[in-house]
Amino acid sequence: MEHIELFFKSIFIDNMVFATFLGMCSYLAVSKKVSTAVGLGAAVIFVLAVTVPLNWLLDQYILKGGALVWLGPEYAEYDLSFLSFILFIATIATMVQLVEIIVEKFSPSLYNSLGIFLPLIAVNCAILGGSLFMQSREIPSLALATTYGVGSGIGWFLAILAIAAIREKIRYSSIPAPLRGLGITFIVTGLMAIGFMSFGGMLTGGDEEAPKEKVVSSKKVENKEDLKAKELKKKELANNSKEIQE
Amino acid sequence: MGLLSKKDAALITDPFADNNPITIQVLGICSALAITAELKASIVMAVSVLFVLGAGNVVISLMRNIIPSKIRIIVQLIVVATLVIIVDQVLKAFAYELSKTLGAFIGLIITNCIIMGRFEAFALANGPWRSFLDGIGNALGYGVILIIVGFFRELLGSGTLLGFKVLGDPIEKTGLYAFGYENNGFMLLAPMALIFVGIIIWIQRSRNVALIED
Repeated sequence: MEHIELFFKSIFIDNMVFATFLGMCSYLAVSKKVSTAVGLGAAVIFVLAVTVPLNWLLDQYILKGGALVWLGPEYAEYDLSFLSFILFIATIATMVQLVEIIVEKFSPSLYNSLGIFLPLIAVNCAILGGSLFMQSREIPSLALATTYGVGSGIGWFLAILAIAAIREKIRYSSIPAPLRGLGITFIVTGLMAIGFMSFGGMLTGGDEEAPKEKVVSSKKVENKEDLKAKELKKKELANNSKEIQE
Repeated sequence: MGLLSKKDAALITDPFADNNPITIQVLGICSALAITAELKASIVMAVSVLFVLGAGNVVISLMRNIIPSKIRIIVQLIVVATLVIIVDQVLKAFAYELSKTLGAFIGLIITNCIIMGRFEAFALANGPWRSFLDGIGNALGYGVILIIVGFFRELLGSGTLLGFKVLGDPIEKTGLYAFGYENNGFMLLAPMALIFVGIIIWIQRSRNVALIED
């Protein structure tokens, strides 16, 4: 059950692009055509699905405080978590190199159309972000970590697919010249992010506050927002019950 | 400036407007959007990137003749990761609250495209002093955008700047709140940062017609 919950949470509620803005650079650069966007999205899903569990194993058995206990009881106080950045990025760079070799062998046309962006997946914030969020949220098991990786990848894939489709169409709209290209993409992405916020009540049924992890939050505003959200939900429930009675 | 030749001074001033890393080069967007809900976080992030980019540019530039081309991405990643670990540990030691707020985004400086982008585009081909200036310039350009977005988001979103209640007290209804002004809580949420940067791009390209894409 918690797998399904985590899966949907990482696709819609904690969407890598719309909730935490990871992977924006390649998201903006590769989204001009749907076909390249699909290729890059698939590559990202694969890399995330492999690196998040690998890094989970690294974190669990080498990096965490007390993780080295399996070597011997005298290692129990070692906390190597400060090495997380280097080790995570090393696994990611290796996996991306592997993906590059595989793609070059099996689909040379995709390899050519992706160009420089395939090796750039290694420095895609989404990949490192997936591992870092996995670490900071302390995901408890390997299977859950894999679910999280796959889900985050699918979320990113959805986002880049959507914006590529929109950008293809929007080329024929009359947008003010200074906004053309990059500017309108930012604004459209912002609007899509607002849309994705509507998934916030998906897993809790709207009866209670979904446990959201805001990167930067002001306590005062959170309280105000909570109050406003609760008021809105009370009104919704009141409306719903009126409809049922009618 | 007497110290710097015209070309060198341009390395610092160009990234402010004409070649801004965020709005023109389209690099470093991720962190620019996620942590700008508070001005303090924006400033700390800008200073961290300044340190990493400046020091990193110098290190890579000093090593540029001995890095084999095939593994240069790995070498760059190791240099950046080490510098970021230093920044992270310093923040955890001297500003623990802030490091919690910034969370994983300090680690994400490693994948900040500006840093790798400047390594590839400049440090690998230029001497250490010029690379240092280029690093500083781009980090300042990045910082300027961060601070602008952070300034407006915090001011409009919670009515404070750096934690100081600038517009009055919302609970006691002093200052601007006495006239019925309400904080726009939406500004603190993720999507507004995107729309804000879109508006900055709009303003920038209206003033400099050469930047408009077809």
